[in-house]
Amino acid sequence: MTLTTILLQQLVNGLVLGSFYALVALGYTMVFGVVKLLNFAHGDLYMVGAFIGLLALSLVAGAVGTSWVGVGLAILLSMLAVGFFGVFIERIAYAPMLKAPRLSILITALAVSLVLQNGVLSLTGGQVMPFSPKLGFAGINLGDIFINYKQIALAGAAAVLMLALELFVSRTQYGRAMRAVSVDKDMSELMGIDVNRIIAVTFFVGTALAAAAGTMAGAYYGSIWYFMGFLIGLKAFTAAVIGGIGSIPGAMLGGLVLGLLESFGTQIPGIGSAWKDVFSFSVLILVLVFKPTGLLGKSEQERM
Amino acid sequence: MALEPGSPGPQSVVSRPSAWGGLGLLLDTPAKRAAAIVVILAAMVAAPLLGPYAVVILTNALLYTILALGLNIVVGYAGLLDLGYAAFFAVGAYSVGILTTVFGWNFWATIPVAVLAAVCAGIIIGGPTLRLRSDYLAIVTLGFGEIVRIAARNLQITGAASGISGIEQPWLFGWHIAGSTDFYYVFLLLAVIGIFVSVRLARSRLGRAWLYVRHDEDAAEAMGIDRVRVKLAAYIIGAIYGAIGGAFFAVNFTAISPQSFSFQQSTLFLMAVILGGMGKIPGVILGAFIVVLGPELLRDLGSFRYLVFAVGLLLIMLFRPSGIWPSGAKR
Repeated sequence: MTLTTILLQQLVNGLVLGSFYALVALGYTMVFGVVKLLNFAHGDLYMVGAFIGLLALSLVAGAVGTSWVGVGLAILLSMLAVGFFGVFIERIAYAPMLKAPRLSILITALAVSLVLQNGVLSLTGGQVMPFSPKLGFAGINLGDIFINYKQIALAGAAAVLMLALELFVSRTQYGRAMRAVSVDKDMSELMGIDVNRIIAVTFFVGTALAAAAGTMAGAYYGSIWYFMGFLIGLKAFTAAVIGGIGSIPGAMLGGLVLGLLESFGTQIPGIGSAWKDVFSFSVLILVLVFKPTGLLGKSEQERM
Repeated sequence: MALEPGSPGPQSVVSRPSAWGGLGLLLDTPAKRAAAIVVILAAMVAAPLLGPYAVVILTNALLYTILALGLNIVVGYAGLLDLGYAAFFAVGAYSVGILTTVFGWNFWATIPVAVLAAVCAGIIIGGPTLRLRSDYLAIVTLGFGEIVRIAARNLQITGAASGISGIEQPWLFGWHIAGSTDFYYVFLLLAVIGIFVSVRLARSRLGRAWLYVRHDEDAAEAMGIDRVRVKLAAYIIGAIYGAIGGAFFAVNFTAISPQSFSFQQSTLFLMAVILGGMGKIPGVILGAFIVVLGPELLRDLGSFRYLVFAVGLLLIMLFRPSGIWPSGAKR
């Protein structure tokens, strides 16, 4: 393979990986924008999304099979179910804590993450479960590089979801209210916005995107387990910070940037796949130290 | 915490009970001091009578006590959330492991190096990041913890995934510290020293600066406290506790591997601090024992025990956000 081919192949890999990161990062950033909470459990909701997606796929398999239609339906069902689950978690665990000290709410989020992980661990016995839809291995050749149909579908679905989110946030009443709450919660309340409802909508949308990413990851990589959300949660947070936390376009950009950085980073001699995660976390630390507002974030008064 | 107009000046602070309501207050009277000595004596005499299994579990609980005390300085005293504390534990353990097995050093000579390595690690990670907002700090420490673990798993000198084994157990004035009961006493001694240092620190000038920074960072700075410096001090002292715990952990088990220093370990240490009540030393000790003994006692529940444990933690955060046995100070 020539260098150009390798680089083009890594570009494709990076965009696929970046789509996952971006979808998960969006939920992080939206929740942070509206309630100023770092939802540590977000990566685990992605994991729950993958398991619900697998369940949904087995439910619809009889009617539509486990091919493209089945997977699409499973993604939608998982988004719906896990979206409501996210709202439920917000009501149970986070809503009572929103006025508590910052440390307490961070630890509550950590506890939610542990409950989800150990809950799924107990239910599945900690086993890696096969997620094997019949999507085949076909693809197209573009010159020297091979692109799987799965990769195209994945990037396409991610793009559609992000476009839908952008329209939702910029064009609808709820989106407007969401932006208002993220700017000034108290003032929005005075303007007649039902802040609790907006928070619920935010959790629903953010969690649904994570669930979509989880189901797609399951279908793409072919297996799921209870711990799959940990690393991607960290990476998605990194992506959100690179883009500027609280900024929706920032999360999309940050996800793609991180995905590309990682896939090209593994090609640098001496880094390789073993050091891939060290590479991303170093990027995170450097961004936080030198440009904590990220690429597209606005500078914000520190709130301790 | 502001003083009311006309209230007695700062000299009353000395006679006031410690703001931590901690062990300092607990040991105010001779009777209480006697009680503490009785507890320590009981711990010395009773544990070996409980049998070898109990000694091993209790030794582990004491190790967690030491680590929780160190993390408590960071989280409870200075109010910084550290999600990568296992990194310092790892630095201590690997310093000892590498120096004794590869370079043939004496265990006791490696401890200063382990401490120094932890201090350096604390400065490297804390220096640039302690200016960040608290939730960013949490993520950075988490990332740092993962970097250390991945490095340990991939480097040759740390023995990669299989780790380091055959670490020699130390001699002390002709006493070969080798059996589980020997280590029980070593960890008991370390825990008592750790408690003593923590109590003294809380009442020191630095301890009061931490209290101030934790309550109101801006006001503290206006009063001339260099907040980055006092936070860094907390971070470094916490790192030293971690390194010493790690050093003795390495010689106790004689083998270390990257799995011992995962993010799950860091959350367990953090839970020990939070469960009992952060900032308060008896609470932290209680937390460390709950974290170690809890899963042992719940063993009958099989694979559900960690779920029960996690739900318990969540319920404690929801209903007692300051822990089971919280500090006397508000918030």
